[in-house]
Amino acid sequence: MADRIFRINMTELTTSIEEVPADWMGHGGRGLTSTIVAAEVEPTCHPLGAKNKLVIAPGLLSGTVAANSGRISCGAKSPLTGTIKEANAGGTAAQMLARLGCKAIIIEGQPREDRWYSILIDEEDVTISEETDLVGKGNFAVVEEAGRRFGDRHGIITIGPAGEMKMLAANISIKDPDGKLRSCGRGGLGAVLGAKRVKFIAIAPTDAKVEIADPEKFREANRVFTKALVDNPISQALGTYGTNVLVNIINEAGALPTRNFSAGQFDGHEKISGETMHDIIVERDGRPKHNCHPGCVIQCSQIYNDKDRKYKTSGFEYESIWAMGADCCVDNLDLIAEADHLMDDIGIDTIETSVAMGVAMEAGVLEFGDGEGICRILREEIAAGTPLGRIIGCGAGSVGRAFGVTRVPVVKNQAIPAYDPRAVKGIGITYATSTQGADHTMGYTIATNILGVGGNIDPLGKEGQVELSRNLQIATAAIDSTGMCLFIAFAALDDATCLPALVDMINARYGISLTADDVTSLGKTILKTERAFNQAAGFTSRDDRLPEFFREEPLPPHNVVWDMTDEEIDAFWDFS
Amino acid sequence: MRLTVRLFAFFRDGRFRERECDYPEGTTVREIITSLGIDPGEVGVIMLNSRHCSQDQVVHQGDKLAIFPVIGGG
Ligand code: SF4
Repeated sequence: MADRIFRINMTELTTSIEEVPADWMGHGGRGLTSTIVAAEVEPTCHPLGAKNKLVIAPGLLSGTVAANSGRISCGAKSPLTGTIKEANAGGTAAQMLARLGCKAIIIEGQPREDRWYSILIDEEDVTISEETDLVGKGNFAVVEEAGRRFGDRHGIITIGPAGEMKMLAANISIKDPDGKLRSCGRGGLGAVLGAKRVKFIAIAPTDAKVEIADPEKFREANRVFTKALVDNPISQALGTYGTNVLVNIINEAGALPTRNFSAGQFDGHEKISGETMHDIIVERDGRPKHNCHPGCVIQCSQIYNDKDRKYKTSGFEYESIWAMGADCCVDNLDLIAEADHLMDDIGIDTIETSVAMGVAMEAGVLEFGDGEGICRILREEIAAGTPLGRIIGCGAGSVGRAFGVTRVPVVKNQAIPAYDPRAVKGIGITYATSTQGADHTMGYTIATNILGVGGNIDPLGKEGQVELSRNLQIATAAIDSTGMCLFIAFAALDDATCLPALVDMINARYGISLTADDVTSLGKTILKTERAFNQAAGFTSRDDRLPEFFREEPLPPHNVVWDMTDEEIDAFWDFS
Repeated sequence: MRLTVRLFAFFRDGRFRERECDYPEGTTVREIITSLGIDPGEVGVIMLNSRHCSQDQVVHQGDKLAIFPVIGGG
């Protein structure tokens, strides 16, 4: 099936299926969402108004049998940051959309009346229906009810109450192979879908396959690529301990933001560590190893059961555990798992919301360490949409402003995640210069600053940090376009067979002949497209800065401050 | 000479999480790793008093040594 653009106009309640314009052909995933947003969205528009558009795109390799290629990208102008935004997740939607011949979905406009809608995509058509039953319901109820209506094999893209209420930390959830959820977490894209009044999108299964120009070459490249992933020792550790293996090492490095970013080590680190989590999972008959989409060979996800051995949460990530754990000083994994589950159901970003809780703790709204309090606020305030719930549900910056807190860890109003930039300078450059606000995944310098992957660069020194962040941000923009999970980067950085095999797969799929340099150029083009959108929206290099407190408050145990100068930060963009 | 050795991830299996250990003056990190029955080739990251170091590093009384296999996340 040839790829098409599925356009959905929520003002007119019409749909159309269009040819893919020639200059969008070579794009997928983030490259495509950012290209379309830059081409069609007025940079100065209100992100929650009719002029913003939500674009959903599978990656270039999604829908094929390529290992780890099932990530889906959502993009729009972010209501949280005011910048362009892309957030990606696993689940089954990317592969299903690609097999239906969908290059991208563009959702535009806004209904004039106070009504909610759902969208069904199948082999024949794209249909908009009015939705009443599921309005106000959590994401798990949506997945369950959609299963009853359409059957369990449908893919689902959904928002919870947070998205409906247009909270700026609202995420978009994607159904995974077990009927649980993965999230396009950051930047409030759930609020954009909520502003379009779309509660969920259902995607019908199909027997169609994506066309592969050179199947033989594709198979061989995928074999080499898969082997590079499977053989990589980091992949193996990810399958055993999940991403949460990082708690102890980041703590050891003195870079684990603790007590709303006032210290770099957390006394309770062992209790929330990946090692402890692994033991609890095994003891309660959960699964330490689990995939967020079919075809993942790394399997960093897991099934975490409660004390009664019943399912509690999956995709229990380091960043979520750090945020509720060290940053809010909660040293109880069961409470953190409960909060994680609640946030999945409400449809709200675990990083933004938990960092917001840390700021609320600093403000005295609740005590540091009060895990029960976090769960109560999620249930009774955020899910219910009370004034306090909306303040916290609009993120860390919102809480800081409402309560007059000055230690508010955000860049471009997006919460800083799980690595303190004072103790890992490379990631500080990424937070400052990212086109999308503070986001570790945009250029994961932790690999080289802390983990010794792709070389070693002293996390506390200034040397090499800008170049490191730049190279990784360029590479990441390209990887985010392929539909690949970012964790392939560990193999890509250290195994010389990995990246060429990835490029070969793209070539074999489309019958083209990209080189590694072309892929780097693609990454650069994406970054520049995103930055140009932000500049047209009013952003300048003065927005590429970390909050003042990082320069003024030394972080124990190393007692370091953020000391990269403005000129050093701005040199990030010196590339052509 | 006494120092604290901490092990992480699967290096803990059949060994320990944290232990006060005695070693002679001048011992290197590599010698400690080998004495614990860990293959130095499997070691990913070593931190001495929360700073990265090499396997050639000589340890001192009161040091805190942390030994990690090759791990990653994000
Ligand atoms: S490694 Fe983890 S995040 Fe990546 S595709 Fe597999 S389960 Fe999903």
